[in-house]
Amino acid sequence: MTRFVSVLAGLLFGVGLALSDMVNPQRVQAFLDVAGTWDPSLALVMISALIPSALAWQIRRRRSRPVFDQQFHVPTSRRIDTALLSGAALFGMGWGLVGLCPGPALADLVIVPWPTLVFVVAMIAGMGVHRLLNPRPS
Amino acid sequence: MIATLAHLPWYWPVLGGLCIGTAAGMLLLFNGRILGVSGMAAASLGWADGHDRTANRLFLVASMAGAGLTYLMLHRPAIGPTANMAVLIVGGLLVGYGTRLGSGCTSGHGVCGLARLSPRSIAATGVFMCTAAITVYVVRHILGYTS
Repeated sequence: MTRFVSVLAGLLFGVGLALSDMVNPQRVQAFLDVAGTWDPSLALVMISALIPSALAWQIRRRRSRPVFDQQFHVPTSRRIDTALLSGAALFGMGWGLVGLCPGPALADLVIVPWPTLVFVVAMIAGMGVHRLLNPRPS
Repeated sequence: MIATLAHLPWYWPVLGGLCIGTAAGMLLLFNGRILGVSGMAAASLGWADGHDRTANRLFLVASMAGAGLTYLMLHRPAIGPTANMAVLIVGGLLVGYGTRLGSGCTSGHGVCGLARLSPRSIAATGVFMCTAAITVYVVRHILGYTS
């Protein structure tokens, strides 16, 4: 059943990325370009995504386990460390350079296969480098 | 080099955001999992232990199918990344390495983390939003590359 939910949630997530045009790197860069012709779309996407997401977190607080699993698999660390901040900083630079973050990058493999493939291969390579340097899962 | 970005009526991002947030809520309440694409991508390759690799792969493939089908129905022009090869490679490496080092991306930290008011996610989202905006500023307004 968890896999069935994964498929449904994945479909809905992909539909959301396309409806909101977050699969368009120019739309994303136009949001990030605060000194240019600013496009508020990404802010609207995040705010409206937070409504059902926050609601779900409120429901989660009153439940001891999810419907199809024995327990919630949710990060518990509250420590803001160098890895978190430097990782976020590097990610932001790459995101700004190309206008793609991981979700839209995978979606664009279907919509604009080339040159998206170059970015996705490099992204997976970047993840592989991290895995090589940190053999123990974080 | 590229035509002016078409105006997008407000209801598309709002509708899309509601879909994305609902997907995150479903994954949490039914499967007990965070919707974080960078983590799911790593898990689907076996680079994050303790996850159901198949479930993660199914999610990612379904998201690609959902986005592709929706795009077909919307009849919008398909606009991909416009950066050159070198920038695509550098950007991809930064996104891949950075999201793993920082334990998340726009979905995991931005949508799920902010929704649960995780201090780590609030910090990470603030940082990646800032470095992304600074990068775009430097590329477009200081180096003068416009797209």
